[in-house]
Amino acid sequence: MLGRRIGRFTWMSVAGCLALGMGVSPAPATAAEELRIGFLAPLTGGFAQIGKDMSNGFQLYLDEVGGNFAGAKVTFIVEDEEGKPPVGVRKAEKLIRQDKVHLFMGGLLASTGYALAPVSTRLKTVYVASIPAADDLTQRESEKYPYVIRTGWSSSQPSHPFGEWACEQGYKRIVVVAADYAFGYEVVGGFQKAFEGCGGRIIQKIWPPLGTNDFGPFIPTLKKDADAIFTLMVGPMALQFPKQLAAAGIKKPVIGGGTSYDEYVLPSMGDEVIGHVSALQYSAAIETPKNAAFVKKYREKYGKVPSYYSESNYTTAQMIHEVMKKTGGKWPGAEKFIEIMSKIQLDAVRGPVRLDEMRNPVQNIYIKRVEKKKLHGFEQEELWNTVIKTYPTVGQFWKYGKAEFLKQPVYSRDYPPCKYCD
Amino acid sequence: MNNRRGVLTVIGALSALAIIAPFASSYVIILITHALIFAILAMSVDLLLGYTGLPSMGQAAYLGMGAYLTAILATQYDFGLGGSFWVVVGLGILIGAATAAFFGLFAIRATDVYFLMITLALGMCVWGLAYRWNSLTGGDNGINLPPRPEFGIQLSNDVTYFYLVFGFFVASLALLYVLVKSPFGRSLEGIRERELRMQILGYNTWLHKYIAFIIAGGFGGLAGVLWAHMNGLVSPEDVILTTSVDALLMVVLGGPGTLVGGAIGAGVVVFLREYLSTIVPWWQYVLGGVYVLTILYLPGGLMGIPERIRQRRALSGSPEQARKLEAMSH
Repeated sequence: MLGRRIGRFTWMSVAGCLALGMGVSPAPATAAEELRIGFLAPLTGGFAQIGKDMSNGFQLYLDEVGGNFAGAKVTFIVEDEEGKPPVGVRKAEKLIRQDKVHLFMGGLLASTGYALAPVSTRLKTVYVASIPAADDLTQRESEKYPYVIRTGWSSSQPSHPFGEWACEQGYKRIVVVAADYAFGYEVVGGFQKAFEGCGGRIIQKIWPPLGTNDFGPFIPTLKKDADAIFTLMVGPMALQFPKQLAAAGIKKPVIGGGTSYDEYVLPSMGDEVIGHVSALQYSAAIETPKNAAFVKKYREKYGKVPSYYSESNYTTAQMIHEVMKKTGGKWPGAEKFIEIMSKIQLDAVRGPVRLDEMRNPVQNIYIKRVEKKKLHGFEQEELWNTVIKTYPTVGQFWKYGKAEFLKQPVYSRDYPPCKYCD
Repeated sequence: MNNRRGVLTVIGALSALAIIAPFASSYVIILITHALIFAILAMSVDLLLGYTGLPSMGQAAYLGMGAYLTAILATQYDFGLGGSFWVVVGLGILIGAATAAFFGLFAIRATDVYFLMITLALGMCVWGLAYRWNSLTGGDNGINLPPRPEFGIQLSNDVTYFYLVFGFFVASLALLYVLVKSPFGRSLEGIRERELRMQILGYNTWLHKYIAFIIAGGFGGLAGVLWAHMNGLVSPEDVILTTSVDALLMVVLGGPGTLVGGAIGAGVVVFLREYLSTIVPWWQYVLGGVYVLTILYLPGGLMGIPERIRQRRALSGSPEQARKLEAMSH
């Protein structure tokens, strides 16, 4: 019997050692010629397709330069963050501790961005927020996160000029229907501040939960005396809302945040969205040779038009490449990397991009109208986000000034307060 | 005899873990800590499912209460980041138990699938609170915690934190073991086997179940406190139904009614999920397959394997012994 017990112990310790052995990490990348990049994107769950768009964008650039950033061989490690902040944190830990990445990037949701930023501080690793748009990452909380650098956008950034544009159209009263979470509040908040700043009025705010598919209970409550409807939808919601709005016979102008009409959802949409207007830092329909080439190449490779999720990560890859060019292919260390990257000025696919002192991009914001037409030499008539107005070099503080802007609280469900709602 | 051997094996395995763990890579230490915290949660489910026969589908609620309490105290009141951490542990256990005491009033009257549905609904209520009560919980952004507590020892060191969690795990295991072996635990098993008979024997079965439910909630709260500091983040995703289902499946996988089974299940699930998901994109199928196969072929879970092997060996050994075993098992 004793023998058997010993036998079991041996077996267990062997199993234990095996289990622990799995975690033996590859040799730390001290060799100057390697750059290890950890990439977080949702590969399973409801956002899996967006995750694909994200990693494809980065991969496309990598393939263009042959996986080589100024002499450094790029090791690109993609992890599934499932669209959940806690999973994102665990995967980031894995990338940093196990794979010893030099920097990690990505994450989809704004909430994931807020969750990943403290990891970068704790483990002193660069985090490039290529998609998460949570305002405070580069605003009120930016001091806490010295290793965070943003290459995408902040949620309210396109909304500020968009609010002004709405005034120019002569809209006086607008109702808002937006997904009920932090990203929605920030996009709507920016729009409201700018729109009310130039004399408009937000007369109603409706917050359907994230993931709503049936807008039946909300559409009939829309105020009839509004001049336009502002929407902020995400994922499948974006498809359903315009359809049901059209079915309800509502013919008011519809305008919305960038994710309501970006190229990720646009191909699946019907003609009911023609004429809808949105604002973002990218449109696949920008008519520059650079963008045309990008769209063609991307479509050839992945069979679809790139969305801002693809462009943002493509451009991020380009920016990292620029940094590596300056260091001659050597990893400069986290602090130095942030310092060099903050100074990069780039003529990117989306237009000229540079970073402000809080490490958020200053870039063009495009006001885009959905139109059905042929573009970039493709044969079919398709829906495109045609650019109808460009606001150049828009920063995250718009015309308000940094100090003034940072005095107000972050946009939320209750801020700015809805003065004209009753 | 068999019992003592089991206890010795567990003690041996735990000491081995405590000795080997610091030599593992830093990521593996995190995974082990992660698994141990879920092991505490799974054991609390096992007390209900395995010993009392109550399939609780809302255990994440108590984890959530403990975790949010920790996060809110730490961020809004700066409390629990020094020696007061121990007070927070106590409060976390209390809030888990108190929530269970409240929920128990609704849930305990039901049994079987109805119990499952009610606990599921109550669990979703907590998730709803976490998701919608923006001013307190930060909504879907959740709450980022400051660095882990420091009181003479620095918990921000992952190895130190592992030992802390390990200590809590061992204490929980020991406490629960004593509990299920006590007359109270025996009567819970009696309720599981045949509640009516226990009632006729004069036991207040409602009270027994209610107390078991509260104790399970307390351990859930403890797991929550540890979980909050583990990730440095509390998010509604932690409180979501999946976490409750996970805890339940860990118990089913490991073997209900064994306590240790829940811990083993937690280890298997955490390692499968965290490792497999970094290797293949179709890891969810593997996890699903493991669950289905366990339920189909190992009703006693992984802990049932040695018994099965012994049985088979005996069966192929001597027919007489096999008959004896057969007779015993009926």
